[in-house]
Amino acid sequence: MKSIRGRLFMILMITTGVVWMSAIAWIYFSTKAEVERVLDARLTEAARMVSSLITSQEIDTRKAGSPPATITVPHVAYDRQLSCQIWGFDGTLVGRSESAPGQPLTDRKSGFSETSIGGETWRVYAVENPELGIRVLVGDNLRVRDRLVTDVIRGLALPALLILPVLAGLIWLSVRRGLAPLNAMARTLATRRASDLSALPHSDSPSEIKPVIRSLNGLFARVSAAREHERDFTAFAAHELRTPIAGLKTQAQIALGSSDENIRENALRQIVVGVDRTARLVRQLTDLTNAENGEFGHDEGHVDVGAALRELADDIRQQHRNAAPVSISAELAQLKLGVNPSLFMVGARNLLENAILHSPPDKPMRCCLRRGEGDLAVVIEDCGPGIPEDELPKVCDRFFRGRNQTSMGSGLGLAIAELASARMGAVLHLENRAEGGLRAELRFAQAATDQRRVMSTDGDQN
Amino acid sequence: MRVLLVEDDAVLLNGLQVGLGMAGLTVEAVSNCADAKLALETSAFDAVVLDLMLPDGSGLDILETLRQRQSKVPVLLLTARDSVPDRIAGLDAGADDYLGKPFDLDEVAARLRALTRRAGGHATATLHWRDIVLDPASMNVTRAGEPVRLSRREFSILRALIDRPGQILSRSQLEERLYGWQEEIESNAIEVHIHNLRAKLGPGVVETVRGVGYRIAEASS
Repeated sequence: MKSIRGRLFMILMITTGVVWMSAIAWIYFSTKAEVERVLDARLTEAARMVSSLITSQEIDTRKAGSPPATITVPHVAYDRQLSCQIWGFDGTLVGRSESAPGQPLTDRKSGFSETSIGGETWRVYAVENPELGIRVLVGDNLRVRDRLVTDVIRGLALPALLILPVLAGLIWLSVRRGLAPLNAMARTLATRRASDLSALPHSDSPSEIKPVIRSLNGLFARVSAAREHERDFTAFAAHELRTPIAGLKTQAQIALGSSDENIRENALRQIVVGVDRTARLVRQLTDLTNAENGEFGHDEGHVDVGAALRELADDIRQQHRNAAPVSISAELAQLKLGVNPSLFMVGARNLLENAILHSPPDKPMRCCLRRGEGDLAVVIEDCGPGIPEDELPKVCDRFFRGRNQTSMGSGLGLAIAELASARMGAVLHLENRAEGGLRAELRFAQAATDQRRVMSTDGDQN
Repeated sequence: MRVLLVEDDAVLLNGLQVGLGMAGLTVEAVSNCADAKLALETSAFDAVVLDLMLPDGSGLDILETLRQRQSKVPVLLLTARDSVPDRIAGLDAGADDYLGKPFDLDEVAARLRALTRRAGGHATATLHWRDIVLDPASMNVTRAGEPVRLSRREFSILRALIDRPGQILSRSQLEERLYGWQEEIESNAIEVHIHNLRAKLGPGVVETVRGVGYRIAEASS
């Protein structure tokens, strides 16, 4: 059942019902036992009384045969409960009460017994009077006893059945009233605008709802922060796209407005450069968003570092025809790393692109492996201008463009590389080389990589 | 008219340099704060086109330095940040005009003309000297209602002289106004242009002040 109100109602009704039923059952059995005890006592008493009456000669047993005078009293429910027979030891019926049957109520000589006579069950007490040679039997019709107990139970259960619908109504109302704070909260949330992420007030709400409201407020705060971040990022991205678009428009206007063939050709060439740059910017924005939102997944695949770098370098050099060649050391080419391949590719691509764009066409770039104390680094070295020391702490900031930027620079490459490294548990370290150029290191913890390498070479046992 | 262009995006820088050149402006282009400050300290410009986000600082710093030096050169801000508070901040920092990216090339040129016109104390779009009318926007010149066809360089020289009648401009001053830093100037280029101007406009317009430079007489005389 989905509704809390319905569920509470059902639970309350069923438990109340069960409590009532057991109470009635308990009353039934205890009443029955008590009634039997009292009536049995009465039987005994009546039998002894009759016996003593006979002993004191108030009833003449010799006047047997003539049935006692019948006293006609209208039948009331509990009238003539008791039937009495007086038998001689020789088996003659000395006397009996009006309601008593003709045959003996019991075969027992004395004590309690139950017999069935003519479809009726009798509870009989027999007492012998050896002095007079008679036996007194006093019996109760069990039907009458049962009716007594049933009447008691009916007297209890009937009002209960009548009260039940009232009780159900009261329970329903109480449950509804009890759940009112939940409904109030639902109304508050339902009327909220999508942009409203302010915290819900919880000072005067019931203690059961407070944790829910606190969790909701926590969620609101997180969503709000995420949205703020996204808004900033979108604004930044939109802002960053405006400059290349302005450049494209200006060049297009020149191409349209100039009759000079050289100027037009130059403008068109600039447009191509501008479009390439804008396309790269858009791809980097997508990479950044993906890396940030965990779109690349968190599965720990493994990367063939040499093949990956070779593929990336070929791809980048396709777009930059006269770019510097890339050399990959033999040790690095054999390295396999147990990290997320997509993240590694994104990080390495941006570092390689940076290196290729900044290197003079005749100076090769070098990719090699450095094993240090407790760590291991994929190193990418270029012969470009490096990064001014004062800019090093800032180069990984988004949209930061240093003094040594290239025309393709977007200010996002290193930010993406750093984010991707962090996501695969590596550290990006940048430093200027003494002989000129930049050295970028992707540092992986040795222990982790060793373990991962064993795992991957053993054929992924997990 | 000589304009300093400060912009760090290479494609846009090239576009503005070529485009404003086509509109008759001489454009010096730099792409960072340091170069811009150096250029402003060492040369005279009729206007500055300034991008706000530069790799080594904000264009507003350049603007501030410029105004601290009591320079009255008109400044046009070009920026991707064109929200109202950004515009207000820019204008209050001493900028004369503000254009958000992306913009129209012709609008940049028109705004620069308006800015320099105002800075020169003129309100009309055209410059007048006796019966000569010069329209910087269309680069047309008429004398007594008759159109005179001038080249871009000739037009620039005439404009520089008509801007301040009576004032003498030396050959190097004229060269600076006509050519960017990277352009090769032939040693007698100015003389050739002056000669052509005189041929097209007739005598008595451009005077030579021997050993000093060139001028046109004050309009009233």
